[in-house]
Amino acid sequence: MIRALLLLLALTLPARAEEVVMGLSRDSVAITTDFNGSEVLIFGAVKREAAIQADPPLRVIVSVAGPVTPVTVWRKERRLGIWVNTEAVEIDAAPSFYAVASSAPWDESISEVEDLRHKVSIERAIRSVGAPMAIADSQSFTDALIRVRERAGLYKTFYDSVEFRESTLFDVAIRMPATIVEGTYTTRVFLTRGGTVVSQHASTLEVRKVGLERWLFNLSRNQSALYGLLSLVIAIAAGWGASAAFRALKSG
Amino acid sequence: MQVYLPIAEISVNILLLFGLGALVGILSGMFGVGGGFLITPLLFFMGIPPAVAVATGANQIVASSVSGVLAHLKRRTVDLRMGTVLLSGGIVGAAVGIWVFNLLKGMGQVDLLVRLCYVVFLGIIGGLMFFESLAALRRSRRGGPPRRKHHGWVHGLPFKVRFRTSGLYISAIPPALVGLCVGVLSAIMGVGGGFIMVPAMIYLLGMPTKVVVGTSLFQIIFVTAFTTMAHAITSQTVDILLALVLLIGGVIGAQIGTALGMRLKAEQLRIALAALVLLVCGKLALDLFLTPADLFELGVGE
Repeated sequence: MIRALLLLLALTLPARAEEVVMGLSRDSVAITTDFNGSEVLIFGAVKREAAIQADPPLRVIVSVAGPVTPVTVWRKERRLGIWVNTEAVEIDAAPSFYAVASSAPWDESISEVEDLRHKVSIERAIRSVGAPMAIADSQSFTDALIRVRERAGLYKTFYDSVEFRESTLFDVAIRMPATIVEGTYTTRVFLTRGGTVVSQHASTLEVRKVGLERWLFNLSRNQSALYGLLSLVIAIAAGWGASAAFRALKSG
Repeated sequence: MQVYLPIAEISVNILLLFGLGALVGILSGMFGVGGGFLITPLLFFMGIPPAVAVATGANQIVASSVSGVLAHLKRRTVDLRMGTVLLSGGIVGAAVGIWVFNLLKGMGQVDLLVRLCYVVFLGIIGGLMFFESLAALRRSRRGGPPRRKHHGWVHGLPFKVRFRTSGLYISAIPPALVGLCVGVLSAIMGVGGGFIMVPAMIYLLGMPTKVVVGTSLFQIIFVTAFTTMAHAITSQTVDILLALVLLIGGVIGAQIGTALGMRLKAEQLRIALAALVLLVCGKLALDLFLTPADLFELGVGE
């Protein structure tokens, strides 16, 4: 009975013409002592029941976002000949890492409205609501944040670079620099046609410190006094050890 | 060869760090300065967050100072009594300094204050030392008699103590005050404070240069150990792995530096230190006065 109902439901619902499925080359990134950045391969395919509709063409957009945190952006001004931080804008939520790739130039990939709704481009992924009243051009602070993080390799755009074979198969490799922070990273894929999102899929990627890195980090947070003492003991032992070694070297 | 630092959360070249530690260690052994005023800005250039650089710098200075002081103890060039007096002032000063630092951090201008402190202090001390030691060097070339130690107000104060190693019989108040001032500055500037203390000991207290270096190192160990603990507990920005790599280079450098320092004349040593202090001062001053490449900056921490 239930099965029959479900079947009925499935048949009566408008069948989705195209659906995107995605996979990641790895579901976690381990930060080890020799960690020097990481590369994640994002691949996927389009599931469809009808023939490929050629016009308007199908586009694909892939994004990877790191943990979101508030950021303070300062602007410098010359006061008495010295450059001083004068104005600050608190940006409420900015991803610590953000990469976005598309199979076509950006304006052909997604419309402004859809970008606003799904927050796909870097500009939309950053949320800044309350700039102080005194600051007229709060947009320049957001631009500065993007500029600084782009320079650090934390914000990346790869427009018109995803290979989309036969409007069915796609893959893109996203490189994360060594400066990425720990946390849950979100990977999203959007399938668009004529600027409108027709299907989307999301997945997560865990970035975690492991081994010695994890142990030291936890110790410093949970037992900071012990951690401080440990660092002093190491320092004193190393200083004494070097002195003793040099003395032995000279006398022997 | 790259190594990932767990607290700084970035990956850096281990050999570069090691070389940096060794360079600062050599300076530490030669001049009796902790080297914090060099290591902290150099760590900034490597992309290490300032808070981590300051705290870890303090930890690395502990190691190179221990290594340096042991070498000096063997040569009997440490005035332990003077060191203890300086130290008691220094710890009080450091506590005051950390309090002031946190107060200013709340006001959001601590970065500028730290830089200004560096420029002003390095400029004054470097300049004074440079011209004084240049004059001393000329005098000794001419073969004239060395200038007598002046007996100023410093010698008229109560609580007189005999500092045998330094050959001084002066009040304990000026050294304690010197220690206090250095303690405050070292906590605010995130350095050991040797570059301020060494000239203060030479010119204010009239201590012999050879004793000054060891005694300064002795005092620095305790003040930086105090600072390390304070940073580890309050801001958790001490990176053990970063400190370890720096200090391995540092302790070896300190031994070489101490041996080098023994071969140089006191005046030459002072000129070299003065030139170094002025160089760092000039670099920092340029950063303050020149138009920055980007007028915007991301907030640190939080």
